[in-house]
Amino acid sequence: MPQPHRKNLLTSVQMAHFVANGAFRMDAVVPDEMNQQAIDVLKAGIPGVPYGTPLSEAFVGSEFVQRLVQLPEVAGAIHSLVGPDPTVDHHAVHIRKAHEGEAQNLHGDAIIDVREDAFDVQLMYYPQEVTLEMGGTLSVPGSHLRRTNESDTGRYQNLLGQTRLTCPAGTVVFLHHGIWHGGRKNDSAIDRYMFKIRFNPTVRQVRLWNTDDLYDAEVARELDQTFPWYENATGRLEKYNRIKLWQALTGDDTFDPEYWVTRVSNRPQRVVAQRSLNPHAAKKEMA
Amino acid sequence: MTATAPAETAQQTVRQQVLVLYLASSALDARVVGWSRYDGTGETHPTTGDSDVPPYATGLDALKDGWRLFQAAQLLPPAHGHEYDVSFLKHEFFFEKLASVTA
Repeated sequence: MPQPHRKNLLTSVQMAHFVANGAFRMDAVVPDEMNQQAIDVLKAGIPGVPYGTPLSEAFVGSEFVQRLVQLPEVAGAIHSLVGPDPTVDHHAVHIRKAHEGEAQNLHGDAIIDVREDAFDVQLMYYPQEVTLEMGGTLSVPGSHLRRTNESDTGRYQNLLGQTRLTCPAGTVVFLHHGIWHGGRKNDSAIDRYMFKIRFNPTVRQVRLWNTDDLYDAEVARELDQTFPWYENATGRLEKYNRIKLWQALTGDDTFDPEYWVTRVSNRPQRVVAQRSLNPHAAKKEMA
Repeated sequence: MTATAPAETAQQTVRQQVLVLYLASSALDARVVGWSRYDGTGETHPTTGDSDVPPYATGLDALKDGWRLFQAAQLLPPAHGHEYDVSFLKHEFFFEKLASVTA
């Protein structure tokens, strides 16, 4: 895989958006000419890939997928999120049939994954325009740091501020591995297609994006956002965990504009009380 | 006294309708941040991602509309060493209504 041009890497503000939301969306980034081919390609199926195959080798049998992951903006986002030479965990074509009656439970993929300084991303490609009726993927912004296992969240039907994806054809969404999501019921007369690839990083995910704007005020604003479904108290813990993740990704453990981490980590070691005020020291002297 | 035989009618019975509300704090009058519904009458089929608008603004509003609270999440201290972990929604309240159905 060629190194993406710097202009196609994500900015720090965009990375901070991903760290807060657990998602980054690129509308209509795939050209129409590819979208028009996509349904036939996906219907025919994409050959399977053994877990952990380098991306550069994974799709030698699928020229379409090679073109998809080498689109400059897509390649730039992959590099920014998981770095050079990621491996392919797995891929899948998801089809929600017309008038399909069942919605998926809200879930996180794979199993509970509590890595604090690394993450996988899932690329989701939507070749068609997706309307609300077509049951575009439901996802919950800011849910990716919750420590829950797979479909144990299935009891939650709706959360305030959830995203019920509608998008133009050719949209690509990158999701953090932990995001709560599910395929919605398709109430339309159109089969809905989505192609997903999960990437594993092979390098430490430190400053892999375009860091020119690393200390832009908008970075702090992105990281400090809240979401309507957060409970008042737990919403503050979300910010704490988000800052810890940003510190890991930037290698800067002093970045904490709202003091969420600093305040509760402050345990000074300098002792200024005089020795004569220490009752234990005094006893020793008397003995 | 004369006993009158009941008219031949279909049997009436009741079924439970369940509303689960997730609130912004442990107070029942806090704002709703999440919701789920299950309908024992089988007449409606609520499901994942079917609405962006909560049925009530607060838990108290559900009581005012006749929902009966039958379970509230306990307040549990965080486990030592896990004080900053985030996981399931904490403030979960189960309500019910009993609806008559014809068996």
